[in-house]
Amino acid sequence: MEEKILRLLEQDCCYTHAQIATMLGISVEEVDAQIASLFEKGIILKYIALIDWEKTDREFVTAHIELRVTPQRGEGFDKVAERIYQYPEVKSVYLMSGGYDLGVTIEGRTLKEVALFVAEKLAPMEFVLSTKTHFVLKKYKQNGIIFDTPKEDERRMISL
Amino acid sequence: MNIKSMLSPAVTGMKPSGIRKFFDIVSTMPDAISLGVGEPDFVTPWHIRDAGIYSLEKGKTYYTSNSGLLELREEICNYLARRFGVSYAPEGEVVVTVGGSEAIDLCIRALISPGDEVLIPEPSFVCYTPCTQLAGGVPVPIVTKAEDNFKLTPKALKAAITPRTKLLILPFPNNPTGAVMTEDDLRGIADVLRDTNIFVLSDEIYAELTYGMRHFSFAHIKGMKERTILVSGFSKAFAMTGWRLGYACGHKDIISAMTKIHQYAIMSSPTTSQFAAIEAMKNGEADAEEMAAEYDHRRRIILEGIRQIGLSCFEPFGAFYIFPDITVTGMDSEEFCEALLREEKVAVVPGTAFGSSGEGFVRCSYAYSISSINKALERIDRFVSRHK
Ligand SMILES: Cc1ncc(COP(=O)(O)O)c(C=O)c1O
Repeated sequence: MEEKILRLLEQDCCYTHAQIATMLGISVEEVDAQIASLFEKGIILKYIALIDWEKTDREFVTAHIELRVTPQRGEGFDKVAERIYQYPEVKSVYLMSGGYDLGVTIEGRTLKEVALFVAEKLAPMEFVLSTKTHFVLKKYKQNGIIFDTPKEDERRMISL
Repeated sequence: MNIKSMLSPAVTGMKPSGIRKFFDIVSTMPDAISLGVGEPDFVTPWHIRDAGIYSLEKGKTYYTSNSGLLELREEICNYLARRFGVSYAPEGEVVVTVGGSEAIDLCIRALISPGDEVLIPEPSFVCYTPCTQLAGGVPVPIVTKAEDNFKLTPKALKAAITPRTKLLILPFPNNPTGAVMTEDDLRGIADVLRDTNIFVLSDEIYAELTYGMRHFSFAHIKGMKERTILVSGFSKAFAMTGWRLGYACGHKDIISAMTKIHQYAIMSSPTTSQFAAIEAMKNGEADAEEMAAEYDHRRRIILEGIRQIGLSCFEPFGAFYIFPDITVTGMDSEEFCEALLREEKVAVVPGTAFGSSGEGFVRCSYAYSISSINKALERIDRFVSRHK
């Protein structure tokens, strides 16, 4: 049941508890309790909106940075990641297998701002061996949502 | 030249679909919310579309054998055995058709001689009656009732059988009522048929869309397989309506007769669709289950909503329709639908489109997003409150 509730919320966190209860055939009280416990356990972190900022006037650029780093004695990569994710410019940090160690997403107002952040903040850190910056040109899909899905229902009433 | 008078009387005698006009109004109202469409709102899962595209890239644009690609027939047989425990031979007992629709037409044409009676439980899908008439058969409706959860009862069946009865249509899970027949229900039907020579066209196109229970195939009942033509397709289970692909399985002599008609009328079903369908049969079950789970959420939302509005509605366990009783408004089905469209811009389908026994009911499809369903429910609520 926990997974079913999570899947529904992942689809649309605006479903009311009453709607979720109806959809799953359980009581509202049970949904209340389950969701409270999911927050409690830190399984649900936050409800947020998925925004296509490209459609707004806001100026911004996003970059993916490949970082190769030396893990810190005793604390491995976690300590390194922590030093990096504290920056508000850093939107996500992943530990990766393969050709590099940390995948970092940075957002800034301009190309220059992001480039400078990498050059001045990330590259000089003593454990950073190398950085490779890739700027995002266009976002097609995020969190399973395709950005330009047609809104219109093209089905016709042609048969019963 | 009066062209109309020269058309075949078999065609001019066919009743035109009564709600064509109504549909035309709907299409001129861009802000109308529709719960009218009888097809999935999902697009075909990508891996299935991709298999179709790949077959085009490889230049597979030829006709297939009349009965369909052997690999597809093999996969259909594997699928039916795996999902519903019924076994058919890919060579001889399966024909791949242009939708379940063609399979229904072929089956009726292969079996029915002029004057033969075809038993058609109603309310039900619209094609059984005209197909019967075109074949020269006599459609005999059997009314199913809300108090029986719109199931076909052995008693009603027995009462409708005459020496001329040739074929029984078994349209479950049902469009438009959403009714299903359980194994026990079907055994009751089988008991009535056992000592007769009546064939059964079991239209199981909604077999993947049952809620809280697995679909049980009539052909699975001992002794019934030989007289049953199982019709199904890809439209509803795999969201593949536009690919136009379905199939029929049954006794080799019947399938061979159906294939003969298919060979002359169609030649072979669309090749691209057949390649896509192989992928659907092999790797599409998870998609079908996921879509069914999603329909189930919507089913519960719309049923709860309709009941809260004060319309009585039996709980449907199949397909993607609910069939509420609208008589509390004092209107008949068509008045209700027209007024609802005019006043609140919501399109639902009058029950009478599915046979006169649909009077007093409307069909709402829940192959729509939860947000459309909720918006439609709000409007229906306003409408019903005003007219109760
Ligand atoms: C009960 C029933 N049978 C058969 C069909 C035909 O479907 P298709 O020809 O797309 O396979 C439909 C479509 O609405 C249906 O509702």
